[in-house]
Formats: sequence, structure tokens, C-alpha cells
Amino acid sequence: MTKSIMIVGVGGQGTLLASRLIGRVLVNKGLDVKLSEVHGMSQRGGSVVTYVKYGDKVYSPIVDKGEADFILSFEAVEGARYLEMLSKTGTLITNTAEIYPITVITGAMTYPENPTQKLSEICSVKAVDALSLAREAGSEKAVNVVLMGVLSRFMPEIEQASWLEAIEALVKPKFIELNKKAFLLGREA
Amino acid sequence: MKELMLGNKAIARGLYEAGVKYISSYPGTPSTEITEEAAEFSEMYAEWAPNEKVALESALGASLAGARSFTAMKHVGLNVAADPLFTSAYTGVNGGVVICVADDPAMHSSQNEQDSRHYARAAKLPMLEPSDSGECLAFTRLAYEISEKFDTPVLLRTCTRVAHSQSLVELGPRQEKPLNEYVKNPAKYVMNPGFGFKRHFAVEDRLKELARFSETSPMNRAEINDTSIGFVCAGSCYEYVKEAFPSASVFKVGMSFPMPIESIRAFASRVEKLYVVEELDGVFENELRAAGIRVDGGKDIFGFIGELSQSRVAEAMGLAPKETARFEEPVPARPPVMCAGCPHRGVFYVLSKLKLTVLGDIGCYTLGASAPLSAVDSVVCMGASVSMLHGFNTVRPEGANKAVAVIGDSTFLHSGITALTDIAYNRSISTVLILDNSITGMTGHQQNPATGYTLRMQAVPPVSLEKVCEAVGIRRVRSVDPGDLKALEACIKEELQADEPSVIICRRPCMLLKYVKPKPALKVDTAACRACRSCMRLGCPAIRFESGKAVIDATQCVGCGLCAQTCAFGAIKEA
Ligand SMILES: Cc1ncc(C[n+]2csc(CCOP(=O)(O)OP(=O)(O)O)c2C)c(N)n1
Repeated sequence: MTKSIMIVGVGGQGTLLASRLIGRVLVNKGLDVKLSEVHGMSQRGGSVVTYVKYGDKVYSPIVDKGEADFILSFEAVEGARYLEMLSKTGTLITNTAEIYPITVITGAMTYPENPTQKLSEICSVKAVDALSLAREAGSEKAVNVVLMGVLSRFMPEIEQASWLEAIEALVKPKFIELNKKAFLLGREA
Repeated sequence: MKELMLGNKAIARGLYEAGVKYISSYPGTPSTEITEEAAEFSEMYAEWAPNEKVALESALGASLAGARSFTAMKHVGLNVAADPLFTSAYTGVNGGVVICVADDPAMHSSQNEQDSRHYARAAKLPMLEPSDSGECLAFTRLAYEISEKFDTPVLLRTCTRVAHSQSLVELGPRQEKPLNEYVKNPAKYVMNPGFGFKRHFAVEDRLKELARFSETSPMNRAEINDTSIGFVCAGSCYEYVKEAFPSASVFKVGMSFPMPIESIRAFASRVEKLYVVEELDGVFENELRAAGIRVDGGKDIFGFIGELSQSRVAEAMGLAPKETARFEEPVPARPPVMCAGCPHRGVFYVLSKLKLTVLGDIGCYTLGASAPLSAVDSVVCMGASVSMLHGFNTVRPEGANKAVAVIGDSTFLHSGITALTDIAYNRSISTVLILDNSITGMTGHQQNPATGYTLRMQAVPPVSLEKVCEAVGIRRVRSVDPGDLKALEACIKEELQADEPSVIICRRPCMLLKYVKPKPALKVDTAACRACRSCMRLGCPAIRFESGKAVIDATQCVGCGLCAQTCAFGAIKEA
């Protein structure tokens, strides 16, 4: 069985680090893993998507309609944007922080009210104020690792030590402690 | 142990293992990381060239000298390098040559969806198409063996989903390849009509041998399962097909030119229905049909546009789409924007204010086309801003004081200099703005000849943009800080009035460069704000309107001060 995780957010929020951490944990578990990311133009504050797929044998590196077991959304409406990717039994894990896109700033489009509330009426949602937890851990930049902590609770097959090992291996030394704290705050949220 | 690795990094690893000595590329999504990753290995020389043509030609030179050499580019880069490409098929190689070309179906970061497989056919060069990172590494190594065995450059084609996906790879050691002997051989390397015509015979003979090789190469394989349906596919399409139809029979094409036509014919005879799954053009389908192989479905059901995926393949084959939840309200689009503090913003603010016709180019500054700046009239390809302005002004000389070209520093050095030479030589009264942000921004911060650093961060004398412009014959060359809106506007107005060609170099480093330190965030004095929305015309992601007043997001603002300059009421201040 192949499992699928989709990570969505806004360019610059560190979605790539999250997918790489998850990828490492899964490889260490002995699974076949594929990650897919899009670079280039999408980094400039645009909507960004990365995919993680794992299982005994993975073919396609992308997650498609109705396939995601988890959508990890770094921003409140990004999960709504990609909702059709979520499987019927999947869970949307979302940050409650709202970041207005330029189309809303200029008044061309409107930002939905209470997106998290509305989403929880449609699918299974775990909402977390990841920005506050990241601040508590010591940096707003740690939103990505907070959310990974939240996701980790939904993946009981992976031990906590394995997640912490991935952080040690992939994060710059001076940010390791901060990120471990952010991870644990998310894991307990 | 197996390692999770980006397709592009796996290609770089393949170069290392194959004993490659020389790498020269120009950046372009999704090919850029190959050269960046290759530069991490001290055993290989690696550089950024000013453009793809230069990169390929220099790789041909290194090959002539006996080294295994390499260049990588995006699909449109191969258009720039097409001239040496076609004739390199005639000369063949001394040290092996591999040219990686990365296509971008769905245009994640490109200006068109062209299909590079046509180049293999047009230039008569073999092409390999890996499906995942493991094959990226393995096929790179094989490509050098083919290149040297058949005396030909080899094309390695990827696409975004292969280049930018990570999958498991097995690493091997580097096999050093000493330089092959260099022997002068004009009949092989001097492509004048006399020698070149003879070499064309060698090209055609080689193609026949390559076709025989393709029939037996393990890169092409038939996977016979349930024989009611058979698919022919390559690259990422193979992964989509395997996921959508795990029990179907599949002919996996790894060497995609010349195609293993007889092997596919045999495969076709063993399956009831044959479908060709390929992104973009019907290249394989046409070749199979031309060979008289019956195809039951191809472009008629999969289409010519965009990327495929497992569900696109499944649905095209008639399977019902998966049921999914939907968010009923419209979700506001989130397009990319110029960063807060981007030096390009001031330029487009002024161009938009002056209502000029703007012949645009490719780079972060293409975002000047988006609302609310909406300042750009055209974008075609790298360098086209300058040459199109020349043509535009030549037939509409009365409008020359209302039109400009904008071009980035890297793009100018890539292919703007020859265009500016056209303006200077043929004297159109044109005004060109070079947006010098001291980096190649769009593709993720690569050094270029004007930044003063090489790929490996060696300090070198930077190209002087001023001197280049003067040397081609532009007498009016000025520089201005695009962070000073008044000075910039005055400068543009003055140069538009001049009755000779002029260049304005708008110079301010990219906000994302490490050495550029952000200033404290600015603040809106709500009492002084008259809600005129002048600041909103900048399209800055750090400014929004709330309860009828402008508000600055302190987490995004880098204190560039443009908004304060647009405010007639002095409402925006240092905090
Ligand atoms: C022929 C070709 N090669 C490469 C690219 C990819 N590419 C797009 S813009 C760009 C360079 C942008 O750099 P610069 O002109 O300095 O502008 P900036 O993005 O820094 O504003 C590159 C390499 C392309 N579109 N076409």
C-alpha cells in the first residue's frame, strides 16, 4: 500500500525542509520513498506544493486527486485550495495562520472567512496555531517543524527518536535545539 | 545503503562516477541543480557560462581535447544551443559529450511547453529518458559509454517531475577517465562543405547502428503482465502508468531515440490493445504509426497539453474519477510576487505611472506584468526585450519616447548585448533599462559574469555593464538607484526625450542576497493616512488595507522605503 502526504504552503515557509525530514524518517524505516517538489518561480510568495509518497514500492512521485492520506497545510486557505487531493479517509492538518495573497491585498479577490471552521465541516481536520507554537519555540520560521510534530502523532509507526534524528541530520547545528523544541510542541498540540 | 536523492543531484553523481572532467551550463529551471551539485565535487571542473550556446561549445572544446564533458539546460536553452548541437552530430566526439535537456510540461517555470524530443530527431542524436533518480544516475553513466562507442553527443532528457523528485539511488565509485589523446583531424572536426558533406554519411550510418543498439539495450524493456492492455511510455509517464494500471503490460522506453521499433512491434503483437502515453507531442505515436504498428489510443485521448498524472491517465482510459471533497467558496489565487524590498518594484511602479509601453524579458522582473503594476507589454524569450524594442521603435519612431525595454543583468549578458548592438548600429532611438540586481534571481541565485564571482565563488573581475554598452556604440549610459523613485522617474523621462539610443542601468542588489541587510520595518501613522491607496499601487506583499487604512506587516517589511516615497501625506514612517 502506498501512502501519500501533500505539503502545501506559501513560498518561503520551508515546505521543502519538512518534506525532506519526513523523507529521511521513512527511508530509515526501510520504506520505498519518493518526494516531489517544484522550484523556480513558485518560491516568490506563491502557492507551493510538495509531495511525499511511501510504501513497499512507489511509482508516481506526485499525489493526485483523492489520494492524500494527509494534507499538511502551512496556511489557512492553502488546504482548501488542494482539498480535492485529500482521500475520503484522509486528514487535513492545518495551521490556522492566515497569509493574504496579493490578489486579496489588491482587492481583486476575497479571503474566505473562517476557512478552518468551514473545512472541518467537510473533512477531518486537525487545526493548530503553529505560528504561536513556533514563536514559543524561539522563531517564527519553525512553523514547518511544528507542523511536522503535529503530523508525527498521526504516524504512530515512526518512533519519536527517529524524527529527532532527522532534525539533527538535516537542520543547521545552531538551530537544532530550537527545532527539536518546535517539533515537540507540535507533537503535543 | 540507498540514499534519497533529487533527480538532478543523481545526474551530478552520475557525472562524477563516469569520470567527467568538464561541466559548463547556463541555469534554467528545472535543470539548474545538476551543475550546482556537480560543483560540489572537486574532481570535476564546473562553471556557469553566459548562455547555453557558449556552454555547449565549450563542452565540445573540452571533448575535442579528450575529456568527458557535459552541459545542462532547460528546454528553451536548447534552442539557444541548437546551432552547435546540429553540427556536433557531424563532428562526433573525442571525450564523451552528454547534453542534458530538462523539459517543463505544465510550465511550472517556463515560457512555453516545447517538447525536446524533436531535437533528437532533427539533429540525429541519440536520446535517453530516465524515469527516476536511480535511472538518472545510471543513464548518465550509460550515456558516456554510448557517446564514446558511437562517436556522438548524447541527449539526456528529463522533465520537472524527474529532475525535481527524490527517489532512492545506489552510489558507486568514480572511475577516472584520463584525457583521450588529441590528434588533429580536420576531416572530422572542420565542418566546411567538403568535409561536412562526407560526415553526413557517417551520421546516417551511425543512426542505423544506434537503432540496432536500441533494440537490444536493457534501457528499453517489455514488462509483460495482463495482455489485454499494453502501454508504451518513457520518463515520468512510465511511473504514472504503473501506478494507474499496475497489472497491465508496459513497454518502458529508456532510449527514446532511435526508438526500438522492432521490439515494440513484437510487444504490440502480444497485447490486445496498444496505448502510447506521452506528455506534450505525439512523437512516439507518430513513429509507431509510421512503422505500421497499430496504436489504439494516444494523443486522441491523452491530449497535447500540460503534465499527465496517474489520474489523468486513468480517466483518459475511461476509469471513473475518484470522489473527492470540495471547498465550495472560491479560494483566492496566490500567484508569485516580487519580494518585499525587491529592487525591481520601483522600476515597474515608475513605468506604470508613466504609462509606457514596456518590452519585457525573462527573470524575476517578468512579475512586473502582474497586477497591480501591470507594466509589461510583451515577454518572448531571453534577450527579446531589447531587439523587439528596436523593431517596435523603427516602425513607430513617433512612439519611441513612450517605449522602453527592461532586461536583467544575467539576461543582458546571455543575449542582450547583440540586441543592443543592433540598436546602436542601426540607430533606433531606443531606451533600454538594465535591471542589475547583482545576481541571477529567477532561477535561485546563481552568480553571473557581472557579479564578480564564479559558480565556485572565486572572486573575478566583473563585466562592466557600462563599458559594454559604451563599447557597442551607446553614448548615453547612466546608472540610477531604483530605490529612489524621484531620481529614477527623472532619469527615465530625460532619456526618453534624448534623440539617440540610451541605456539606464537600474542598480540595487537583490534583497535576498546575504550581504543585503534588511532595515527596520516601517509603520503607518493611521491618523495621517488618508486612504488614497497610492502605496497599494506598489503591489508590495507587506502592505494591506484594513479598516480603511494602510497597514504594514512588520514580519514581511524590510524597510526599503518605497511606500513612504509614494505617500503624499507623510503617513509612512520609520517605527
Ligand atoms: C534560454 C533560456 N535560458 C534560461 C532560462 C531560465 N531563466 C529565466 S530568467 C533567467 C535569468 C534571470 O536573471 P536576471 O536576468 O539577472 O534577472 P533576475 O531574475 O535576477 O531579476 C534564467 C536563467 C530561460 N528562460 N531561457
